[in-house]
Amino acid sequence: MEQHYYSPVETAPLDEIRALQSYRLLKTVRHIYDHVPFYRNKFDELGLTPEDIKTVDDVSKLPFTYKQDLRDNYPYGLFAVPQDQVVRVHASSGTTGKQTVVGYTQRDLDVWGEIIARAISAAGGTKHDFVHISYGYGLFTGGLGLHQGATTLGASVIPVSTGNTKRQIQIMQDFGSDILCCTPSYAMYMGETIRDMGIDPNALKLRAGIFGAEPWSEEMRKKIEELLAIKAYDIYGLSEIMGPGVSYECSEQTGMHVNEDHFIVEVIDPDTGEVLPEGSWGELVFTCITKEALPLIRYRTRDIGFISRKKCSCGRTFVKMSKPNGRTDDMLIIRGVNVFPSQIESVLLQFPDITPNYLLIVDREGALDSLEIQVEMAEGAAFDAVRLIEKREKEISGAVESILGIAATIHLVSPKTLARSEGKAQRVIDKRKL
Amino acid sequence: MLIKQLSVFVENQKGKLWEITDILRKGEVDIRALTIADTTDFGILRLIVSDPAKAEYSLKEQGFTVSLTDVIAVQVDDRPGALAAVLDVLNQADISVEYMYAFVSKAEDAACVILRVDDNARALEVLKQNGVRLVSTAY
Repeated sequence: MEQHYYSPVETAPLDEIRALQSYRLLKTVRHIYDHVPFYRNKFDELGLTPEDIKTVDDVSKLPFTYKQDLRDNYPYGLFAVPQDQVVRVHASSGTTGKQTVVGYTQRDLDVWGEIIARAISAAGGTKHDFVHISYGYGLFTGGLGLHQGATTLGASVIPVSTGNTKRQIQIMQDFGSDILCCTPSYAMYMGETIRDMGIDPNALKLRAGIFGAEPWSEEMRKKIEELLAIKAYDIYGLSEIMGPGVSYECSEQTGMHVNEDHFIVEVIDPDTGEVLPEGSWGELVFTCITKEALPLIRYRTRDIGFISRKKCSCGRTFVKMSKPNGRTDDMLIIRGVNVFPSQIESVLLQFPDITPNYLLIVDREGALDSLEIQVEMAEGAAFDAVRLIEKREKEISGAVESILGIAATIHLVSPKTLARSEGKAQRVIDKRKL
Repeated sequence: MLIKQLSVFVENQKGKLWEITDILRKGEVDIRALTIADTTDFGILRLIVSDPAKAEYSLKEQGFTVSLTDVIAVQVDDRPGALAAVLDVLNQADISVEYMYAFVSKAEDAACVILRVDDNARALEVLKQNGVRLVSTAY
């Protein structure tokens, strides 16, 4: 595939990137020390001064920032610029607690637009494309973020937002959408709907999709690529750092390049806080080095992944991070075992007659946790005997147990009976009263 | 000599059976025989209908998981020992019956029995050899 780089820095030599990072980190540290009392106090407690930070290697000396810090300083306590410089706020979905608010200066929005323009370019997009945005517009960063990026690239934006899936597909057909941006679960749903409407996905102009805002597996990628007859690219981000575009996937589809000229990524041991070497799995931690309104340092994402500097065939030199295999927020602890819904998803996708539409129901009977997995069978699945269904349920249960080490009760349900989401998929119901 | 049976996956939810029969009503499909194999969470509804293809299409369109299976239908006299005689033939031939169910045949003094066996071809052969009356259509 022909490579389109949006910015020259994407292929810059490592020493140049590090020099830029050092310069920008120093500036950021000075900026937050002078303008964010929360950080000044933290520095003072640690006996740290901005002068102690000399290069990018010193980033590990800085204190961590936690989601709770944003909540404690809700809504604007961690902002580093006066309100008259803030041109936009967004808020996290608040799915795992009280929502948090983030802010942007005009320059922050420009940077955001640029990094997403890089992501769209890496997916093969150009200004000649129609970019169909089915992320929700509003406080959620997905819709307006991709909108900003596609506009920066000079592509033609189709700002559909979420909802009315059949109409979305009609628009896709009539307007000639080239690139689709939405959550992977919504992409799946659109793919199913396209089939239901009797439309041949190959007849659509659509050729690529940029999907993010929730973890998804390789198997799910294959399924989406097949259903929509496109190439599916991952995009990563979180509102606290910027929103989507913190890292993005290239043609190699083996991880996401971190926009290192704007963010420093580290992988740490979530228990000890120690920095782990390249290639080790751990919690991803990001430091903003160009943000003006909300420059968080060493932000604990609670996402578990690893990074690699292995040379990438696309030519980009930015470090790559793996698909996070789950957010520690999404992680369930069932009978003392850490369970990520994405692990279960990849098990389910191994079976041809079921779909990756599933619901995990965790409950507690007496002192013991129970896990029930409801999963939709595929349309056209031929189960004409109870025995066959029970056999399949047993096989799935066995496969889940071999991956997770805990037993689960599997219930196959009819196609399209589990609730669909247009935004982030709701995959877990935890009925335990802990 | 095989007839098409419709198997529908049904979750144990109130109104599901009504929904299925209502879809068939709207499609003007007649039901000749039915049986349900049930577990705690779901059941498989097996149907012999007037128009299996139409029934399959209509149910699938409404999101049901449906499959068509070839089953054997035999006519059995309405007297003690008649069904035992038929099953004896299969037993002797070492053919296993997965499930079976009966319905009233249009002929008087006879019942129709639907058999799902592990080897359709061989079952047909031995049943014919032993003079069992096979039913080629439920209508």
